[in-house]
Amino acid sequence: MVQKLKIIPIYLLVLLFGHQIWANGVADNSQCLKCHGQVFYEYHNEWTDQIDRKPLNPFHHIDSTKLHTSVHKMFACVDCHSMEYETFPHSGELRLEEKYQCMDCHGGDETFAKFNFEGIEAAFMESVHYKASDERFNCWMCHDAHGYELALREDRPITEVVELSNNMCLSCHDNKFKYGLLSDDEPQDIASIHSWLPNQSRHFTKVRCIDCHTKVQSDLLVSHNILPKEEAVHNCVECHSSNSVLMESLYAHRAKESRAESGFFNAVVLNEGYIIGANRNKTLNFVSIALFGMLVIGLLIHATLRFIVSKKK
Amino acid sequence: MSDRLYLYPVWIRIWHAVNALCFLVLLISGISMQYSNPAYPLLPFDVAVSSHNVSGIVIFLAYLFFLAAFVFTSNKKHYKIRFKGMSERLFKQIRYYTFGVFKGESSPYPTTEDAKFNPLQQVTYVGVIFVLYPILIITGLALMFPEAIIDNFFGIGGTLLTALLHASAGFLASLFLVIHLYFATMGASVSANFKSIVNGYHESH
Repeated sequence: MVQKLKIIPIYLLVLLFGHQIWANGVADNSQCLKCHGQVFYEYHNEWTDQIDRKPLNPFHHIDSTKLHTSVHKMFACVDCHSMEYETFPHSGELRLEEKYQCMDCHGGDETFAKFNFEGIEAAFMESVHYKASDERFNCWMCHDAHGYELALREDRPITEVVELSNNMCLSCHDNKFKYGLLSDDEPQDIASIHSWLPNQSRHFTKVRCIDCHTKVQSDLLVSHNILPKEEAVHNCVECHSSNSVLMESLYAHRAKESRAESGFFNAVVLNEGYIIGANRNKTLNFVSIALFGMLVIGLLIHATLRFIVSKKK
Repeated sequence: MSDRLYLYPVWIRIWHAVNALCFLVLLISGISMQYSNPAYPLLPFDVAVSSHNVSGIVIFLAYLFFLAAFVFTSNKKHYKIRFKGMSERLFKQIRYYTFGVFKGESSPYPTTEDAKFNPLQQVTYVGVIFVLYPILIITGLALMFPEAIIDNFFGIGGTLLTALLHASAGFLASLFLVIHLYFATMGASVSANFKSIVNGYHESH
């Protein structure tokens, strides 16, 4: 009896606040994460009256740390998923539940106008992803709703931005199980299909896949029009030149925010990297051309005088 | 009739030829990368990168060969700078190039078996081979393996600093090349020194 009385306040707390308990803007999803945040989950099997321990389907695993730092951290699982998931074991029919898409929440909302979700959707529908697999390809294929972070807009270091972005691509293109959700083929080896690219590892850590594989759009911070591989950037000078396309893609946000003149072309890159051909110094250019010109003129005068003197002899 | 001195043994001529060829490729490919322009490419970027890397490695190996030969042959005597009275000797040589040569004066420091360089040549070659070359090679190797470069050097990107140093040293090397080629025309005849680097014999005035 005493034990039961002790348990009642805990029940009350859960009933009163449940998943609505907030801490630092994070929704309490501990009830779901008790299983979905683990590699193995346990439950009381009423048929055998034993505690069963089972491996969780890796596709249903949620990284709780990422969830608590993601842009969707304030949502309870059942805000997006059926309330019926609060019952365990989950009903088999719930597998057929239609999932929300980005536009269901973000579309036509002034709060999100700066992200231009409508533009993103239009670009995505032009992309090779959408065209090749029609509606089977959706936002969640790349964007993990349970762990999505804003990196570029939060001015995270470029290497972090690149890593987060490229991991989205690699989550399918370097994962035959996830790739298999859309195709019977196996993904091609990333290193070998990019064997033409010099300093491959440097490129992969300093530039996003989408910087070469999308069509740059000035109205979108990140273009979602993934191009067919034949149309991807192959010409080095599109990045390695003073009018580098990276200024309109990877560095576009920073270039707009910081117009500091340091004498370098595309100076915003210099905080975190260096691109041959794109980062020339205007003063050094001028000084070197002037010095070289003066030398050539001086030598031409010397040669002319030598020629005149030799003719006089 | 001019005298002929055998000053350039085969190994020096081969080293010089390899150096000259690599130097030209490095210069053209380096300028092409530094001033890359999609509309007016001097060389296609990928060709410039590959040829720059290959020539860089070859010139580095040639440099190591030169250093070994420098240590084990008598060639080093030509690079031994005598600091005492150097400014007077340099002034005398500069005066000859700027005035004396037009008055028909003879060279104040003619080429001999023991001193194949005049003071100005000696200082320049020591500067190029023992200062400029190491800077170019070290920064060039670092840019070939950029992972090895520190990310930040007192608030400035390590790769940027390395690239600036490499490009500046490369620019000075290009100035040296132009001067070197021009002064090569000031031998016994305009073409005499160019023949020397092929047959090994120096022709005196």
